[in-house]
Amino acid sequence: MNTVKNLLRYIRRYRLMLLLALLCAVISVGFSLYIPVLVGEAIDYMLGKGMVDFGEVGRVVLIMLILITLIAVFRWFMDFLSSVVSARVVRDLRNDLFRKTNTLPLRDIDSRAHGDLISRITNDVEAVGDGMTQVITKLFSGIVTIVGTLIFMLMINVWIALVVVVLTPLSVLVAAVIGKMCAKSFREQQRLQGEISSYVEEIIGNQKVVKSFSYEERSQAEFEKQNKKLFKAGLRAQFAGALANPSTRFVNNMVYAATGIAGALTVVSAFMGTLTIGGLSCFLTYANQYTKPFNEVTGVLTQIQTALAAGERIFNTLSAESEPDESDKMKLDNVRGELEFKNVRFSYSADKELIKNFSLKVKSGQQVAIVGPTGCGKTTLINLIMRFYETLDGEILLDGISTKGINRDNLRQKFGMVLQDSWLFSGTIMDNLRYGNPNASDEEIIAAAKMSYAHSFIRKMPDGYNTKLNENAENLSAGQKQLLCIARAMALDPPVLILDEATSSIDTLTEIRVQKAFKKLMKGRTSFIVAHRLSTIKESDIILVMNDGDIIEQGTHDELLKSKGFYYNLYNSQFIDS
Amino acid sequence: MLKLRRFLSDYKLQLIVGPLCKLFEAVLELFAPLVMAQIIDNGILKNDTGYVLRMGAVLVLLGVVGLSSALVCQYMASYTSQGAGTKIRTALFRHIGTLSHRELDEIGTPALITRMTSDINAVQANVAMTMRLLLRAPFLIIGALVMACFIDLKISVIFFVAALIIGLILFLVMTKSLPFYKKIQSTLDRISLISRENLSGSRVIRAFSKQKTHEENFEQQTEKLAKTSKRVGRLSALLNPATYVVANSAIVLILYFGAGQVDSGALLSGDIVALASYMTQILLAMIVLADLVVLLARGAASGARINEVFEINPSVKELASKDVIPKEKTPKIEFRNVSFSYGDGDSELEDISFSIDKNSTVGIIGTTGSGKSTLLSLISRYYDAASGEVLVDGVDVKKYPFKQLRSNTAEVPQKSVLFSGTLRENMLWQKPDATDGDIWSALRAAQADGFVDTLDKEVVQGGMNFSGGQRQRLCIARALVGNPSLIILDDSFSALDFATEKKLRKNLCARENTTIIIVTQRCSTIMNADKILVLEDGRLEGQGTHGELIKNCPAYREICLSQLGREEAGL
Repeated sequence: MNTVKNLLRYIRRYRLMLLLALLCAVISVGFSLYIPVLVGEAIDYMLGKGMVDFGEVGRVVLIMLILITLIAVFRWFMDFLSSVVSARVVRDLRNDLFRKTNTLPLRDIDSRAHGDLISRITNDVEAVGDGMTQVITKLFSGIVTIVGTLIFMLMINVWIALVVVVLTPLSVLVAAVIGKMCAKSFREQQRLQGEISSYVEEIIGNQKVVKSFSYEERSQAEFEKQNKKLFKAGLRAQFAGALANPSTRFVNNMVYAATGIAGALTVVSAFMGTLTIGGLSCFLTYANQYTKPFNEVTGVLTQIQTALAAGERIFNTLSAESEPDESDKMKLDNVRGELEFKNVRFSYSADKELIKNFSLKVKSGQQVAIVGPTGCGKTTLINLIMRFYETLDGEILLDGISTKGINRDNLRQKFGMVLQDSWLFSGTIMDNLRYGNPNASDEEIIAAAKMSYAHSFIRKMPDGYNTKLNENAENLSAGQKQLLCIARAMALDPPVLILDEATSSIDTLTEIRVQKAFKKLMKGRTSFIVAHRLSTIKESDIILVMNDGDIIEQGTHDELLKSKGFYYNLYNSQFIDS
Repeated sequence: MLKLRRFLSDYKLQLIVGPLCKLFEAVLELFAPLVMAQIIDNGILKNDTGYVLRMGAVLVLLGVVGLSSALVCQYMASYTSQGAGTKIRTALFRHIGTLSHRELDEIGTPALITRMTSDINAVQANVAMTMRLLLRAPFLIIGALVMACFIDLKISVIFFVAALIIGLILFLVMTKSLPFYKKIQSTLDRISLISRENLSGSRVIRAFSKQKTHEENFEQQTEKLAKTSKRVGRLSALLNPATYVVANSAIVLILYFGAGQVDSGALLSGDIVALASYMTQILLAMIVLADLVVLLARGAASGARINEVFEINPSVKELASKDVIPKEKTPKIEFRNVSFSYGDGDSELEDISFSIDKNSTVGIIGTTGSGKSTLLSLISRYYDAASGEVLVDGVDVKKYPFKQLRSNTAEVPQKSVLFSGTLRENMLWQKPDATDGDIWSALRAAQADGFVDTLDKEVVQGGMNFSGGQRQRLCIARALVGNPSLIILDDSFSALDFATEKKLRKNLCARENTTIIIVTQRCSTIMNADKILVLEDGRLEGQGTHGELIKNCPAYREICLSQLGREEAGL
């Protein structure tokens, strides 16, 4: 029921609209219950051949026409308003989910299946919206119908009306029992749906790798296995949900029979007050109408169950732990770029410590290169500086201030970062380059592109700077993507620069030119460079040689070569071919 | 929608029996009032309590039979809709697997994924609802029409006109709202794209503190969706009231003209009661039909989108079904005057000719965007050359079945992607029946045994629980399992340090009966290769050994000198 409570919180924002919808329901349903009475009245004025009171018939018919128009107008408003409410709740849920993904710690994002999260944002929210529209329209008109017919029935015969009132909850009970029964299978269905979405996401998203391994048939087999599971769960859920409607209709039919028998016996022997034959027939009509709403609500029970299961997944995500809010933390304006690591310890998993007691002082304006074998913790250092991950112990200071005390966003803005994995978003090249610096003029952007040697290939694209990149920028080579990421960082013009294998896919000629441009750009500012190609970092002020999460050597290129240690071997390994 | 009906062909029995059962239930339901009338006429008027109770039992029996036949229908509808959905999903997944790179680039992943998920769900819901409601509603309508004709032919004209108008309204609303539903689905595509980007780029987005921008962008789309939903809501909210007005106006007309008929003695007042109630019955059935129409409109939009994908034909077609016999004394790979372009634009490759001997190691070097990866993608026939021929083992690649061509070639892509599952599962991609021993030897060759404790290690989606360099080595190991005869490494050492790379390369070169193609940016990686191809702007600038090229090929010399000293470069 927590899901319902959570959903109500979202719906409450539009309570005015909902109230209006309810009002419209009251008017339109109330009037429509009155229509049969009018029809009966009109017929009463047609007694037989030559005995028709045309004047009265005309009057009644006129009233009917007016009511019909009113009913239609209010009914339209009710339907319209409820669809608006559910559309808005859907929008709000999506926006909140999206915002949530931006506050989840990266540790969570790295470890979660993205397809499943996306399925929550798209499919699950959709299911909630569908369920809600149904509930609002059916529930409102249903409640009004029930109350209205109840009043009419009580007016005819209190006792038999009580029979109906006592028996009808039976159908609600049946619906509730079935609902409980199938809630589990719906949850299972929705879970498998998320699973299959993840699989589809992974395989279709990497279709090119799949093809290169001729893996199509095997992925098909795996997919069919999951699909079969989904079929089984889906069948169970769908059938369980579909049970509700006929079952309640059955209960209603039984109510009808009971009412009929009780009514007939009352007419015959007056054992429950008095009733005329005409009264009985009228009563039966209303009894029939009274049970309809129960039927309608259970008719959409499948959708409601799906919506509840989906809602549960949505609110699970929404209640996951976010990065703490840091809006009240310190924000820095100008940064000199002094960075200090003080006894930093870190590990990704509890069983293996990666960085043990790491300390380092970087002066403002220095270029620091980090080298070492793969997996020695270079990228981890960057993750810690940017506070993508938090240190377990020790601290990192920027200009003497612990980064944990600085507002996360503010801190990150001080760093220009180019990563090995080039990420660009689908939009024009210009949009992408302007990413970090929205106020930059076209000239500034083009200047940055020229500096990073991206200008010439951009110009060759079909629409130049306005060329649209598709998702993952599949229309560019890895090197071109990296050049764009570099241009993006250059356009940002940051106080501290971090290059994590930023030029690994670029040819060396271009790389050297790009490095020179960086050097010019970063004059007097601090920069960190992680690189494998040692030729690119020879000029650095400090070279840190890392191994197994520790710094084992540090110094300038020449010093390190002279000491003939780890770096010396690393450096020479690129020339001597055994 | 209709084009997808082939997926229902296995469910003919269910499709017929299910709705018929529902129909049977409806018929029984119509009987109940008749039994009640009997109770009134024979039981009450004759004061026969026994009769009342007996007929009461009949009512209960009708209910039980009705329930069981409805349940049969519900089961069949569930079975058929889930079954058809499952079949469509399977077929669509298979079809997407046949598409070539060109089509995949064009449609884009997110569009394919929404079709696989929410679109198929919509169609599935459609089938179920149609089976449950489609026969019942028209049956009630036609039944009412027929009864009206029996009572008074003249007044029944009102019935036909009313039914016609309601039908027209349903049709209009459906056709008018269809474009909206299409728009809604394409906005959903966009929403899932932005969500996906937001997750894949979470590091960069946070580094630039651009969360707000992406949120605004996303909110723009959800706002658009809300607006479109509102507009379509306005339209489909018309259905119910409009049908209500038509049906009740018809009742008014019946009363009005009926009054004349009664006055002239052609009808009894009881007949008017019957006519009015038949009209109400039509109205109720029409409302059900209207709901169904809205659902059908949405389903039709989804069905059309699914069908769009089914109708895309792969641009690279598998022309052979039987394995070909490779020729013996030919180069492993030969390009003969090959040209290629991705779209209508400039050609990516121009008039490329070269050959790669069996069991040799060949390096391909060139500036960013010079066409190196494109060249590789022609070997495995991900694209077809615009002109010229590509031969593997002396046979045109077009003559190979895909599986033979691609499974003999092990590729290590630029982007290191691993799949969720265990490490062992990932390592079995190249050769499904490889033993743990095979895997470990591949891991050792790829210098990946150092950080792998167990093959049961869990790999998360994309392999994000490994570092970039680790992922790259695992991708290399994955390709090495099963001793493929051709290994293609597309800049696959970029995240590795020199020492690791060198050991790895040494292991690769030591493999027997293996042809190796290495695309790289590093001269040192390929200096000792048997042959080096130098690409520049889609043209082959030179080919030969390092010693030859450094003397004769200015482009190559320039690249080498940018990385190595003159001495080291061998000048």
